Amino acid sequence: MNPSSDSFAPQTSAKPGRTLRPTVFWRIAEDIPKPLNWSLMIASIALPLLLWWVVTALQLVDPKFLPSPGTVLATFQRLISTGELQKDTIASLWRVGVGFSLAALFSIPIGVLMGSFASIRALLEPAFGLMRYMPAPAFIPLLIIYLGIDEAPKIALIFIGVFFFNALMAMDTVKFVPKDLIESTYMLGGDRWQTLTQVIFPHVLPGIIDACRINLAAAWQLVIVAELIAANEGLGRRISYAGRFFKTDEIFVGLIVIGVIGMSLDLFFQYLLRVSCRWSSQRR
Amino acid sequence: MHIEIINLHKHFDTQNGRLVVLKDINMTIEWGEFICAVGASGSGKSTLLRQIAGLDHPSGGEVRIDGEKVTGPGPDRGMVFQHYTLYPWMNVQENAEFGLKLQGIPKNQRRERASYYLDVVGLTSFAKALPKELSGGMKQRVAIARALASEPKVLLMDEPFGALDVHTKETMHEFMLDLWQRTNITVFMITHDVEEAVFLSNRIYALGARPGTVRKEIIVNLPERTHHIKRQSVFHDYRDELMDLMRSHGQEAFAAMAA
Repeated sequence: MNPSSDSFAPQTSAKPGRTLRPTVFWRIAEDIPKPLNWSLMIASIALPLLLWWVVTALQLVDPKFLPSPGTVLATFQRLISTGELQKDTIASLWRVGVGFSLAALFSIPIGVLMGSFASIRALLEPAFGLMRYMPAPAFIPLLIIYLGIDEAPKIALIFIGVFFFNALMAMDTVKFVPKDLIESTYMLGGDRWQTLTQVIFPHVLPGIIDACRINLAAAWQLVIVAELIAANEGLGRRISYAGRFFKTDEIFVGLIVIGVIGMSLDLFFQYLLRVSCRWSSQRR
Repeated sequence: MHIEIINLHKHFDTQNGRLVVLKDINMTIEWGEFICAVGASGSGKSTLLRQIAGLDHPSGGEVRIDGEKVTGPGPDRGMVFQHYTLYPWMNVQENAEFGLKLQGIPKNQRRERASYYLDVVGLTSFAKALPKELSGGMKQRVAIARALASEPKVLLMDEPFGALDVHTKETMHEFMLDLWQRTNITVFMITHDVEEAVFLSNRIYALGARPGTVRKEIIVNLPERTHHIKRQSVFHDYRDELMDLMRSHGQEAFAAMAA
């Protein structure tokens, strides 16, 4: 106690000016106004395009290395008119479709079983955890030896690259099923199979769709990698073939188409998540 | 015909040795009674309820329902948890029907029975609502309707109103008494809320803590069960007796922690 202190005002060591200042742009974990949000999102795509256009218009880089947006658009139209681009796109999409569907078909039930039963988890998690850290492209030589150079190795590559991740991610979603919900089901007369199929599965479905969305991105990368190595058609093959003949404009067309398709798939899964899981608070 | 809890004993083996949670618990629940087991934290009351539910197995002793030993969970005992346990992707009607669906009861029959119990809890007009659209009290009423739809022998309640605000809690108390009188359901509820126990039960088991034991059995005789009773001395006497019981075991627990 300070005897000379005759003030009963609360003593505080906090300095003035520590009050949090209001802001719009720098709000942490809060939404920003819709118009600002849209402008920033448009800028995110428009600014790089503008930069690209300026750099090529001023001829800052040799057009051989960096074709202008106009050249790339013209090449895009040419590849569409000959039907080559459609053929490549369909080939790549087909491989991803088959490989990813097969991986999802097996990984989702196995993952849910791993999440639900400690026994299955103990049996599979160490092996899956190990496999997950082996990069899928490292399997390409083996896949070519085992399966040749047709469609089979490419689909197998996507399967390997997606299956283990997706199973482990599906497993993790089961952690978020409240134990009370499972016990309620037992108390209502549910057996274990009913609990698994009618309570756990619907509860983890949003999480599984989200896991699939993330792993589809991996599948889409792997198909391009597979086609870079050996293929007769496909977007990856288009790029590697164009590279051999220094057709940078075709490389750009390939890259942009790959990006746009990947992002469309992502948006589709986000839509699926919103529609099928309206009950869930897990909104994106 | 009744539920018997005979010499129930439960311990857990932890890193710090054996932890005895329940010791020599003996209770009987007659059909049609409303019983509360009241205890502070550490009295093992939730563990006790889990043994009756069959969600956990006793280390010693047993629970018998109509003479038959409990070996696992089942719909003859309706359970209402403290935390909301409605299935979030099902609407209120589907939630209320779900137990009957699991038990393989035909669609028409289960629709009819669930609707009846939704009416009993006063939520018929919310049949199409999703759980996230309901208030806390309404969620618990759906959980009660869902449990009742299986027409259980006993309703087990694990601090079902613990998460509700004071006013909703009071409404739920009156609702529970009304429900109990109308349906003749047997209720076994655990709580730490002494007033809740006195207001609702016709019999109370006061639990001591560490290890959980039955400290005293109190038969509650109140002249009426409306909120006026809470201001009368007869209510206060019951409440104070229970509070003293809980206080003294609270001190014991504190001493045990300090030791």
